[in-house]
Amino acid sequence: MKTILYIIQKEFKQIFRNKGMLPIIFVLPLLQLVILSNAATFEVKNIKFGYIDNDHTSTSRALVEKFNASTYFDMLTDFQSKALASSAMLQGEVDVVLEIPLYFERDLQKEKYNDLGVTINAIDGAAAGVENVYVTQIIQHFNQHLKVDLLQVSDKQIQPINIDTIPLFWYNETLNYKTFMVPGILVLLVTMITLFLSGMNIVREKEIGTLEQINVTPIKKSQFIIGKLFPFWVVGMALLTIGLILAKLIFDVPMLGNLLLLYAYTSIYILVILGMGLFISNFTDTQQQAMFIAWFFVVIFILMSGLFTPIESMPKWAQMLTEFNPIKYFVEIIRMVMLKGSGFKDILPLALKTLAYAIVMNGLAVWSYKKTS
Amino acid sequence: MGITISNISKSYKKVKALQHISFDVKPGELFGLIGPDGAGKTTLFRILTTLLIANEGLATVAGFDVVADYKSIRKNVGYMPGKFSLYQDLTVKENLTFFATIFGTTIEENYDLIKEIYVQIEPFKNRRAGKLSGGMKQKLALCCALIHKPEVLFLDEPTTGVDPVSRKEFWEMLKRLQQKGITILVSTPYMDEAALCDRIALIQDGKILEIDTPQAIVKHYSKPIYNVRAHNMYQLINSLKEYQYNHSVYPFGEYVHYTDKRTSFNPEELKMYLESENLTNIEIKITVATIEDTFMELAKS
Repeated sequence: MKTILYIIQKEFKQIFRNKGMLPIIFVLPLLQLVILSNAATFEVKNIKFGYIDNDHTSTSRALVEKFNASTYFDMLTDFQSKALASSAMLQGEVDVVLEIPLYFERDLQKEKYNDLGVTINAIDGAAAGVENVYVTQIIQHFNQHLKVDLLQVSDKQIQPINIDTIPLFWYNETLNYKTFMVPGILVLLVTMITLFLSGMNIVREKEIGTLEQINVTPIKKSQFIIGKLFPFWVVGMALLTIGLILAKLIFDVPMLGNLLLLYAYTSIYILVILGMGLFISNFTDTQQQAMFIAWFFVVIFILMSGLFTPIESMPKWAQMLTEFNPIKYFVEIIRMVMLKGSGFKDILPLALKTLAYAIVMNGLAVWSYKKTS
Repeated sequence: MGITISNISKSYKKVKALQHISFDVKPGELFGLIGPDGAGKTTLFRILTTLLIANEGLATVAGFDVVADYKSIRKNVGYMPGKFSLYQDLTVKENLTFFATIFGTTIEENYDLIKEIYVQIEPFKNRRAGKLSGGMKQKLALCCALIHKPEVLFLDEPTTGVDPVSRKEFWEMLKRLQQKGITILVSTPYMDEAALCDRIALIQDGKILEIDTPQAIVKHYSKPIYNVRAHNMYQLINSLKEYQYNHSVYPFGEYVHYTDKRTSFNPEELKMYLESENLTNIEIKITVATIEDTFMELAKS
């Protein structure tokens, strides 16, 4: 016990004496939290909008005005011809082009029916989909008002019944993107820093030769491993704490659930990550190698975690793979606890899986750690 | 209870690092392992300190088998690897306390063993190990290897990269430790240090060339050796190498060590030859063989 305590003490001294590492551990992740949470958004805004008005009537102008009033569209450009609009889209100057046909107003009154041409730059398919929804919404809204203006009394009988849907967005009523992203990014930071540090730590002793000296001593494998990894467990918990404080202060993210539950889960979760770090460092000889391998896993874990893209929309085989992704569990749980206020029973199945993962991972890591080379 | 090594072999893939090595180190002996880089010295150390497992052969250290009783060995030996392997970002005192703690002891408990060495670095006890000079680092490493009062001490090239004064001091310390009953196995590429050991083993390419006391090893050298000097060293070596009767020609400090193939060698004859080669200030003197000469001779055959 005394040995473990001394190793822990030594590790902390080394962490705090490493002037290059300290800001990387504590400052960079928090900068990332602030920057990424603001930047990593799927909201489509500032759409560059252009139109070709062939009609030049009050109705067509009213329609354009509707787009102008929307906060999603910016920079309305009036193109004289379709060819000009096409070349502007090719140059990337506009994302959406609305074409209002000739006799738009006249035909609407006569036929009660008309077509509008909408062209959308669909290089980013997801954004194009969202843009299409915005355009459709504006036109529909315009349509309803138009009906009132154009309908005559006799038409009232044949008017179809309208079905309106009024959605209620639970757990994130205002669809605030940050509420959704901040907890996820916090998970990312806790994971990345603890994995990188633990992965590099034992390799570092290999690199500078101290491990050889340690291996000749009667120190037990378990003492050494616990002593080396415990400080990073503390660092992980500290990062979570600082991250939560920032999330509350800067982003005002709701914290409905019990934070103690979140801490309890995190304490198990970090064990998985530390086990992984140790496992990596057992199979590498330099910090560089360890870093590359850790990066490889982190990138896969992040992209398959449900943090940015929903797991439900992945192919079946990919969904199966995500079962081995610890980040997935933590992202799900932190969102459940913070946004939904889930309790112990709700997260129990996921927490048990994480615990099993921690046992397997650490078992493998300790088993593959050899004092002889 | 020193060290016994019998028929140890170790190969890394195709490289045969050690081939059938056998020798014993008596308790309380200061034993030197002398050989050039790549001779297999470090591999042997790593086997004896339980870091490596030999492909074949048996070895015991302080009476314990290196494979079966590795745990007991780790408690009873001190190992100082060739590369400085203490924590550079910890201070002198912290490094020492660290090693004392993991051996389950304290600095105070074995202070008298390290005292003589520690007092020399004590003024710097709050300095980070990385900021010490080469000689100081070695002293600290030796303290750390001794802190648990080991029965056997392994020192892998302890004086490589250390200045001559510190080297001399270091060897004096080893002599004193030996008097305290510690068995010491030390490796070095420096032949002059070999003379300070009780016995030495000359090792090359994973094979033992010779094992004996330094005095006896020198006696194995049968040919008379001549110190040859002239105004131009480079030209002298070339001329000697071209001389038809030469047996060996090695530069040795300001002289060239020369031996002749013939049993009846007349230095005057050589002098005349060298003069004919346009060398001046020629000086030829008979000298005694050193361990280096012996090593070169053995390595040659």
